[in-house]
Amino acid sequence: MSEMIDPFIKALDQVEQTGPAWLDALRKQGAQDYRTLALPHVKLEQWKYTNLKDLRGAEIAAADAALLDALPATLPDLDAYRLVLVNGRFDADLSDLGGLSDKALVKGLEQALEDGDIETLGGGFEDAALVSLSDALLRDGAFIRIKRGHMLDKPIHLVILSVGSDKLTASHPRIVIDMQDGASATVIETHMGANDSAVVSLPVSEVTVAEKARLGHYKQQLDNAQSYHLAHSAVTVAEGATYDSFVLQLGGKLARCDVRCLIDGAHADVRVNGAYHAGNGQHVDNTSFIDHAAPDAKSAENFRGVLDGDGRGVFQGKILVRQIAQGTDGQQMNRALLLSEKAEIDSKPELEIYADDVKCSHGATAGDMDEDQLFYLMARGIDADTARKLLIQAFLFDVLNEIDYAPAREIFHDAIAAKLGEIA
Amino acid sequence: MAATTETIEQVKELGGGDKYKHGFVTDIEMEFAPKGLNEDIVRFISAKKEEPEWLLEWRLKAFERWKTMPEPDWAKLDVPPIDYNDIYYFAAPKRDEDKPQSLDEVDPKLLETYAKLGIPLKEQEVLAGVAGAPTVAVDAVFDSVSVATTYRKTLEEKGIIFCSISEAVHTHPELVKKYLGSVVPYSDNKHACLNSAVFTDGSFVYIPKGVRCPMELSTYFRINAENTGQFERTLIVADEGSYVSYLEGCTAPQRDENQLHAAVVELVTLDDAEIKYSTVQNWYPGDEEGRGGIYNFVTKRGACRGRNSKISWTQVETGSAITWKYPSCILQGDNSVGEFYSVAITNNRQQADTGTKMIHLGKNTRSKIISKGISAGRSQQTYRGLVRMSPKAESARNYTQCDSLLIGDQCGAHTTPYIESRNASAKVEHEATTSKISEDQLFYCLQRGMSEEDAVSLIVNGFCKEVMQTLPMEFAVEAQKLIGISLEGSVG
Repeated sequence: MSEMIDPFIKALDQVEQTGPAWLDALRKQGAQDYRTLALPHVKLEQWKYTNLKDLRGAEIAAADAALLDALPATLPDLDAYRLVLVNGRFDADLSDLGGLSDKALVKGLEQALEDGDIETLGGGFEDAALVSLSDALLRDGAFIRIKRGHMLDKPIHLVILSVGSDKLTASHPRIVIDMQDGASATVIETHMGANDSAVVSLPVSEVTVAEKARLGHYKQQLDNAQSYHLAHSAVTVAEGATYDSFVLQLGGKLARCDVRCLIDGAHADVRVNGAYHAGNGQHVDNTSFIDHAAPDAKSAENFRGVLDGDGRGVFQGKILVRQIAQGTDGQQMNRALLLSEKAEIDSKPELEIYADDVKCSHGATAGDMDEDQLFYLMARGIDADTARKLLIQAFLFDVLNEIDYAPAREIFHDAIAAKLGEIA
Repeated sequence: MAATTETIEQVKELGGGDKYKHGFVTDIEMEFAPKGLNEDIVRFISAKKEEPEWLLEWRLKAFERWKTMPEPDWAKLDVPPIDYNDIYYFAAPKRDEDKPQSLDEVDPKLLETYAKLGIPLKEQEVLAGVAGAPTVAVDAVFDSVSVATTYRKTLEEKGIIFCSISEAVHTHPELVKKYLGSVVPYSDNKHACLNSAVFTDGSFVYIPKGVRCPMELSTYFRINAENTGQFERTLIVADEGSYVSYLEGCTAPQRDENQLHAAVVELVTLDDAEIKYSTVQNWYPGDEEGRGGIYNFVTKRGACRGRNSKISWTQVETGSAITWKYPSCILQGDNSVGEFYSVAITNNRQQADTGTKMIHLGKNTRSKIISKGISAGRSQQTYRGLVRMSPKAESARNYTQCDSLLIGDQCGAHTTPYIESRNASAKVEHEATTSKISEDQLFYCLQRGMSEEDAVSLIVNGFCKEVMQTLPMEFAVEAQKLIGISLEGSVG
């Protein structure tokens, strides 16, 4: 039996060498680590339920910095600063960053590196092959820094577009968000394909929320149904800071968002919420790891998923409470609705606790729709189809209420409605 | 290598004479296999037990598989490497001269525990393995030795087979052959492999059709139960419409020389049958610094083969330095029910990774998991469980609740559930909480003049109540005291 060639190994021959020396070192280390770790497989506990076998042996080319003339028509319109990445590269023409205060740096990552805004990158992930790969191929992406005490007047809309070609192409956008002490901002990420070609999108985010800062970070993943979306984000939250996040996953053939959140300061407040829907041929994975490494912090995770057709959902959530993290409050919940015979949900909510003065809980449920609710609606003259639709959407809409920022709630609401069908 | 040669000689000797024809019970004092594990040892054990050819072959297959199988390393346990060649796989019971001659020679700490549990003197001798003590420990827990014999008679009248598994191999080979390894195949995991290759004894229970076993069965009723603990193999078959409640273990800390325990328990229920299996495990946990102590690697699994059948596991785990144990249910029959009730207490340097698997295959199958974990001292405890709803498990239902209590800030409590549902009509619910003893509850008790230890024991017993209630009465009373004792020294 011949060994299949790792789909990304070829790309490592073309590792960039621009930028400062530390960046070169990071790229080299990344390439070396990826060669050792290779593409994740199901024997790894972290990848037990998500199989990348379709990628193994596939021929993947690096995505071109394709020029796009216009934004996709389906892109939600938001009153926000807009930063657009096309195939992982910053696109100044499509972006709209006018009127930004000088206390907010919002630009392409390549530019930020050139300007010397960044002194270090990487870290936050251990043994994550795809992050090593991203380190090796690091070049461009988005950079956001909100300076000390500044409260941004409008949200930032990060639009991460993939433009596929006749070949399967991969892009590696890096998103860096740096909230300095007491700063406050809202970032909305929209990931979508600009056409129907299959792509592999491998975004890696590095987020730091410094003391008493606040970040609302809401992501919607709307990639096309042929594509792979394998996202990683590492978040560090300092003392008294708030990180309010939400991940809506509706797109992709195989999509996985892996969030690792390090709570590094006391009294931090972290919310990692999400909703997902997988229809025929879709596989959606939400993996999270909350590391309580400081006392008296609070974390909450609330996920809802709907699985239809032969769609498969995966939820892996782990809360680690270190011995120092006395007074931790950690809650986690994943509720899944299975709508068809072939749908599947695999949940693994995990608690690892080394401190005694804690309040931690997790829960998971899976099942189909509540017949009583259906009956209630039908008894009031709503036909079965509409009633079902209503209940499915209500199930997902419910968790949107966790989002602090109303316009984000609305666009996510619309995205769900667009996928599941408007109710007449 | 020396061990191998020694074994070969012994096996040769065995084949040569007719010395052993009269069964091993009388001759056993003289016989043991040398240390080490190899094919000859497996053959030796089988020959010693005059086993039929098929069983020897099965043992050898298991041994072959064991050699190549890796140690399970996924559990959250720190297991020191085990030297399998430094273990006696077939050791004779200790001769009287080697045993403590009276209770005066027994570790006073052990006696102290016995006194707290309220165990009568005669029973203490049995548990501590004092020379000349009776081999049956029934008297203390259940009235008297004569009761045991009466019980055996009652069982025979009902057609219930309850004997050691080596005996069953000879008296009921068809049943043993049919069911042995049918729930836990020899290749299941490294520890089950080892057990299949070298198991020395264990219990066999068969409840015939429509019979409700009139009493709780316990290994204690079985004569010849001494020193079978290390690689014990239990097989319980409940035929259509039958019921049995089986007790394993003992609340008192038993003296045991063997560090590695790799037992296998297989349960089979046919249509409308029910097995209730209760365990109290209190093997030596090692000292405060974690020296010594038993490694308890147990594979327990039940198959609900028949319609409307039920298997219920209840366990109270307080002993052993390392516990690796997942009593599971395979719910094959439609409407079958699986239950798992567990209390696990770890103190000092103990480690426990325990939980269950509920595999739902049949329609309308139901399962319930209630797990209560208490960690104190510097111990680490993990609940690890799997609930799987297969595509055919129409309208199956699972409810899981696992609660952990932490006492002290040096211990750990972990929860790792796997929930896999592939059926829309199946409902799965999982809840888990982790907390410490509430200051208010503690204050309330202390204020009413209770000592802190008594208060903790009371609160913990309350925390475990749901599980303790499922224990048979005789066990429950002692198990309650045991909880208090296991937590001694964890507060203040």
